[in-house]
Amino acid sequence: MEIVKPAMAGTLESSDAQIMVEPGENGIELFLKSSVMNQYGRQIKATVLETLERLGVKNARVTVVDKGALDCTLKARVECAVFRSADASEKDIPWGGAVR
Amino acid sequence: MKNAVGRDIPDFLLQNGREVYQGKNYMDGKYLQKASPRTRRYEKPQESKLVDSIADALRQLGAKSGMTFSFHHHLRDGDYVVNMVMKAAIEELGLEDLTIAASSLGAAHDPIADYIEQGKVVGIQTSGIRGRMGEVVSAGKLKTPAIIRSHGGRPRAIEAGEVHIDFAFVAAPTSDCVGNCRGIGGKSNCGSMGYAMTDAKYADHVVVVTDCLVDFPNMPASVEAIDVDAVVVVDSIGNPKKIASAAARISQNPRDLMMAENVAKVIASTPYFKEGFSFQTGVGGPSLAANLFLEKFMDERNIKMGWAIGGICGPMVEMLKKGKVGKVIDVQDFDLDAVNSINQTPNHFEMSASQYANPANKGAFVNKLDFVVLAALEIDTGFNVNVLTGSDGVLRGAPGGHPDTAAGSKVCIIVTPLTRGRMATVCEHVVTVTTPGDCVDVLVTDYGIAVNPLRPDLIECLDKSGIPHVSIESLKEKAYSLVGRPDDLEWEDKVVAVLEARDGTILDVVRKIKPYTLN
Repeated sequence: MEIVKPAMAGTLESSDAQIMVEPGENGIELFLKSSVMNQYGRQIKATVLETLERLGVKNARVTVVDKGALDCTLKARVECAVFRSADASEKDIPWGGAVR
Repeated sequence: MKNAVGRDIPDFLLQNGREVYQGKNYMDGKYLQKASPRTRRYEKPQESKLVDSIADALRQLGAKSGMTFSFHHHLRDGDYVVNMVMKAAIEELGLEDLTIAASSLGAAHDPIADYIEQGKVVGIQTSGIRGRMGEVVSAGKLKTPAIIRSHGGRPRAIEAGEVHIDFAFVAAPTSDCVGNCRGIGGKSNCGSMGYAMTDAKYADHVVVVTDCLVDFPNMPASVEAIDVDAVVVVDSIGNPKKIASAAARISQNPRDLMMAENVAKVIASTPYFKEGFSFQTGVGGPSLAANLFLEKFMDERNIKMGWAIGGICGPMVEMLKKGKVGKVIDVQDFDLDAVNSINQTPNHFEMSASQYANPANKGAFVNKLDFVVLAALEIDTGFNVNVLTGSDGVLRGAPGGHPDTAAGSKVCIIVTPLTRGRMATVCEHVVTVTTPGDCVDVLVTDYGIAVNPLRPDLIECLDKSGIPHVSIESLKEKAYSLVGRPDDLEWEDKVVAVLEARDGTILDVVRKIKPYTLN
């Protein structure tokens, strides 16, 4: 998927993560901040990159401000931000496909 | 050298007879030579000890670089006195190489972080360390490792001369002109002044800082004029709103209440739950709520609590007034209801930190305690508890009376949710051991109860009462299945803090955290 315009999903509440995606040209540029960085930073990075790959996002600037979100929350927030950036309405979301 | 909780203590700390932690009651029966202060005689009658300013008091009493200043933390997050004194000493007198020995330090003391970075403050000895001070110490900016002690370990160390106090500063809500101090009757009241008492007896010089001068004699005094050199009146010793909160409220959170009810059930299943039993609880959500459910069991069996100790808050005072507890003995007050009750409500007494929790005296209150209910940041499968370092390895907590009450009590119950956000509270290895597992008996979480295998008697009690329990390993696995298995923290060699066990042996060290990389 193409990141067409900047979009955001999620909040800064505890146990959530706020994801911002913006158009980019140099592959995935990830900026990560987390309240559980020392224990989960690499796992968060892996989860975010896997989710972007599954959605076929090749180029984007992605900013993650994590407040201790579980993996399922991270995935959902990344998916939501990507679809918002592509103006995808509900009927365009590949339920059961890339979004599982 | 590895100690009894499996922590590697570097050899350079094991000098002058200092030992690693060997297990509880290791020092029992040994003799202790108490230190004594060098104090000035005031034989010629003095009308008053009033001095114009803190700087003047320091000058008159001969404060020098390299000295140790002590403080107590009853003004909690509202305290102005630590910053005020250190500012006068460093900025007005130009002193350096100072050590702060406080019963605890908190968010109110962020400015001290600057003095640490400037190298003016070179030593910190405390129970609690938080905020910016915790960050700069964790970053290795303090010249010597910080020494973290429990509330009972502190008076032990003072009495043993391991910390020699040159100047004790007493933040006094009221004082008379010669230094009889009380925690009530002024505009910045804190109630009990228990943590200041040992300091006043063992310091070479004692300076009272008050914002409410009252007529002589200010009785009954918590700190007595016979130990005081000077009295300084300032505009304000603290922010009353942050000294004592409004009444501590019992949690309405259903998860807290469920855990609290299970705590009460565990207590009621033991033979120690009988007429005249003794009890301490923290003021955290589920710990405090345990009071509520305990009262129900007390009513059902028609028994009363003999006495309660600790940091005291409103709900315990309420039980005292209702006649459900015989006596409340108080080392610190957390809310206005407790502040306004001490020495006013019959049978609500004050005690010193030594009387509360010192393992080296001839019998502190904690030694007679039946039950204590405590919280934890983390607890591992060896039942070791951490209440000091966060999941990022940074100092941001306080052992307080946790290790003392756990060691002294017959039943120590830890109550905590299994996970907090993405942090597994029940884990494989705690970041820092602040309370050793041999002192912890039962763990109550929202996903189940675990009993320390060292206590088969309690396992039998729970079984007889039909209270289900599981292994602590299974709780850890449950936690990791929810949040994922965390990476181990990565440390540098530099020791930034030494965690002293209450008996003076070394329980653990905190090292400088390595900068984290995502690759």
